[in-house]
Amino acid sequence: METFANLLGVDPFSIWFFFEVLIGGLMAGVMYSLVALGFVLIFKASSVFNFAQGVMVLFAALNFVGFLEVFSDLPVVLQVALAFIVTMAVMILLALVVERVVLRPLVNQAHISLFMATIGIAIFLEGFGELIWGSNIKPLDIGIPDDVTFVGDAMIQDSDLFAAIVASILVVTLALFFHYTRIGRALRAVADDHQAALSIGIPLNHIWIIVWSVAGFVALVAGIMWGSKLGVQFSLSILALKALPVLILGGFTSIPGAIVGGLIIGAGEKLAEIFLVDAIQTYIYSGFPAAIEEWFAYILALGFLVFRPQGLFGEKIIERV
Amino acid sequence: MNDTASTARDSASTDPGGKPGRIGDVILRVENITMRFGGVKAISDVSFDIRKGEVRSIIGPNGAGKSSMLNVVNGFYQPQEGSIWYNGKTYSPMRPHDAASNGIARTFQNIALFKGMTTLDNIMTGRILKQKASLLEQAFYIGRGRSEELEHREFVEEVIDFLEIQAIRKTPVGRLPYGLQKRVELGRALAAQPTLLLLDEPMAGMNLEEKEDMSRFIIDVNEHFGTTIALIEHDMGVVMDLSDRVVVLDHGSLLADGTPDEVRKNQAVIDAYLGVAHD
Amino acid sequence: MFYREAGQFKTSYAADQQMLPIPMDRYFVIGVVLVAAILIPAFGSQYWIESIMVPVLILSIAAMGLNILTGYAGQLSLGTGGFMAAGAYMSYKVATNMPDFLPVWIPVLVGGLFAAAVGIAFGLPSLRIKGFYLAVATLAAQFFLLWLFQSIPWFVNNSVSGVPSAPPTTILGYHVTGAQAIPEAKYLFVLTFVVILAIIARNMARSRVGRSWMAIRDMDIAAELIGIRPLQTKLSAFAISSFYCGVAGALWSFCYINTVEPTAFDIGRSFDVLFMVIIGGLGSVLGAFLGAAFIFLLPIFLNNVPGWFGLEIATDIVAHLEFMIFGAAIIFFLIVEPHGLARLWQIAKEKLRLWPFPH
Repeated sequence: METFANLLGVDPFSIWFFFEVLIGGLMAGVMYSLVALGFVLIFKASSVFNFAQGVMVLFAALNFVGFLEVFSDLPVVLQVALAFIVTMAVMILLALVVERVVLRPLVNQAHISLFMATIGIAIFLEGFGELIWGSNIKPLDIGIPDDVTFVGDAMIQDSDLFAAIVASILVVTLALFFHYTRIGRALRAVADDHQAALSIGIPLNHIWIIVWSVAGFVALVAGIMWGSKLGVQFSLSILALKALPVLILGGFTSIPGAIVGGLIIGAGEKLAEIFLVDAIQTYIYSGFPAAIEEWFAYILALGFLVFRPQGLFGEKIIERV
Repeated sequence: MNDTASTARDSASTDPGGKPGRIGDVILRVENITMRFGGVKAISDVSFDIRKGEVRSIIGPNGAGKSSMLNVVNGFYQPQEGSIWYNGKTYSPMRPHDAASNGIARTFQNIALFKGMTTLDNIMTGRILKQKASLLEQAFYIGRGRSEELEHREFVEEVIDFLEIQAIRKTPVGRLPYGLQKRVELGRALAAQPTLLLLDEPMAGMNLEEKEDMSRFIIDVNEHFGTTIALIEHDMGVVMDLSDRVVVLDHGSLLADGTPDEVRKNQAVIDAYLGVAHD
Repeated sequence: MFYREAGQFKTSYAADQQMLPIPMDRYFVIGVVLVAAILIPAFGSQYWIESIMVPVLILSIAAMGLNILTGYAGQLSLGTGGFMAAGAYMSYKVATNMPDFLPVWIPVLVGGLFAAAVGIAFGLPSLRIKGFYLAVATLAAQFFLLWLFQSIPWFVNNSVSGVPSAPPTTILGYHVTGAQAIPEAKYLFVLTFVVILAIIARNMARSRVGRSWMAIRDMDIAAELIGIRPLQTKLSAFAISSFYCGVAGALWSFCYINTVEPTAFDIGRSFDVLFMVIIGGLGSVLGAFLGAAFIFLLPIFLNNVPGWFGLEIATDIVAHLEFMIFGAAIIFFLIVEPHGLARLWQIAKEKLRLWPFPH
């Protein structure tokens, strides 16, 4: 049985090939991290597990591509900038509506109810986004480089490098925002202690709107990155589900956790797909099917949960009665 | 501390049911329990015992480790050191299922009822360990699946009568007022026909009338069913009237242990607690 | 006036503990079952029986299953599709390899049991993890199981296409599964499962096992302290829930789509069933039926209604609208009536009790 590496015409035992797979995986992991980041922001500030974050990525990307079309007569820089700003406005509007229509009526309900409500948001947005912009696959090209760079014999996509850089900038920006702005500090206060934050006069409604807007912003950046790589299409929201095992690995409340978790999941599943499958096929059972990438991240997270339920960076909870 | 000490309740209570000789041998011994949460010591090296048929109170200021102590006794917390001797066996630590299946039942400081279920169903859960019907019998409601339901329903109805909550039998407990919820919770514990009943602040947040009702239920349970009771309560009047013996905890350590009179006169207790915080 | 709860005095606990203590309810349910068993197959059109009643009933079984896990035991699952697939593939394997004289309900039950075993395996982490974490664990089941059945040809008897047809089987000489089956026959076959499984679900809900589930759902710590074993209780919910899903999956393949294929059980199916449970009503057997009917019929309704008014809406637009309505309905029910359509039905009954003199 021919292995995947053979098919590519690469020496499977070359260190460069391993390196290439690893880098590819890490870069895919950055994408997962971008989605997970949005989850963490909302969860920290409001204890809401926002299942819709993945669909928000799709929704933002759909709007962005749509508005690019609308502004297609303008020079490219202006076109991209305008589309970005208008899409961001849409995402803020979305935050306002979500706060008013979903979160406010459900305040103090069981967490599971809020979670299910975000599933409702997700499916509504999916329908709404595609109703407006159509459901065909839309290519997204805003001039992100698509060449390849060689490091030794390892081939690296420039677009992946670009995504990694953008993600780093995003994380640094968020860190600065949380540490040096008044709103950021308020958000951190709420994350630490809801009651205390309320008692010193931080209005919860505003916090929700802001944090959903920030999550919308993260979704937009993620949407542009993902869209450039894969085209803007429905399957983005399924792919974005991979952010869930990332969260489990990293913990629901940790931004570094989301980053590290994403990298581990991304690298882990790519390495497993190539080398684990290869090893099993070579040494154990030649008929072992490939495409374990579909579930590897989830099973990895599941195994991890059994040993460390609070995630890599999460805090252990002591239960009381 | 000994059998000859007349209990406070026997002299103070107007209830004629209190008979001497009610109190038997030790059924539970807490032995050198130390419990830490991270670096914080909630309980340090505490020992005391509970005799069959008595009402044993645990008092102390907030944060003294009273609830943690009950949690250790019924196995919800597993202490780092020490053990529980109960009915001839040493448990180190006690596990929740051991406690429940050996007749230890409890109520909680912050009511821990099953909010989505009716009063009847909540109290029926107290009988769960006594129901043996197989899944198939339950699925088809045949054999023991049916007969057990009816048999336990009858017992539960007795508990409902005893607690005078017939009218709310089929009301989801989430809709009940606080005082009634406390009563349903007591009912759930009683349904298990416990040997030892742990009550964590059964009267917190109640008005005078509700407290009187609850005191009456506690006395009745103790005297008519012979149930041993361990009680945490802040209302000193209630504690002194109901208890046979009192344990005083402060900052996780044992401060005093004795009859209500002895405790009342204990200088350390007066300094730490009674004289300052209450009365 | 026509419906009354008052004046229904019970003289024994046995009478009070009946599945449907109120005579009106009892007559109504018996009536519905009789209509479903006699009038519908006798007078229903082929389209109505085969393309509406059969799938709605099968989905009701799946929704009852998820309701046991999520509505009664409080464990959220996004892996329903995976468990349905387990039932479908295993019952196919059994049906195509068993001796001919064995009746067809045996492979369906074996499929259900296999799904139950799979459910237990994926329910094991539920002792240590709760809520959202568990949701992710069940997603693992969804993706892993689908991959497994798709990738291992053994499950489909090494069929070349990978998508084999459901085996044709008969009961009393009538085809009840596969493409040649008579609509009425497979409808009655499915209905039998539905009625039995609904009765079992109701019985479990009013017995010890049901109370244990609800206790774990409402307050797991207190439940543990009164002697309920959390792991056993959760695993029993996973097992029984997955059994229902497995049976539903087998029937879906055998009696509705007539093929065994992974796309019928993808993550979209898992969400559909979850929506049925939320919209129908968490913790209600009746809700499973109402939810299944709502979710299955709404798209058909949306596709047809504009036509009646002479409008034409493109099918993809209908699909998008459908998503939006589902999403909005979920949020609406969570906010306004968390007990779903089943509770609305109860309210309607309360109104009916007073009718025609509401004051």
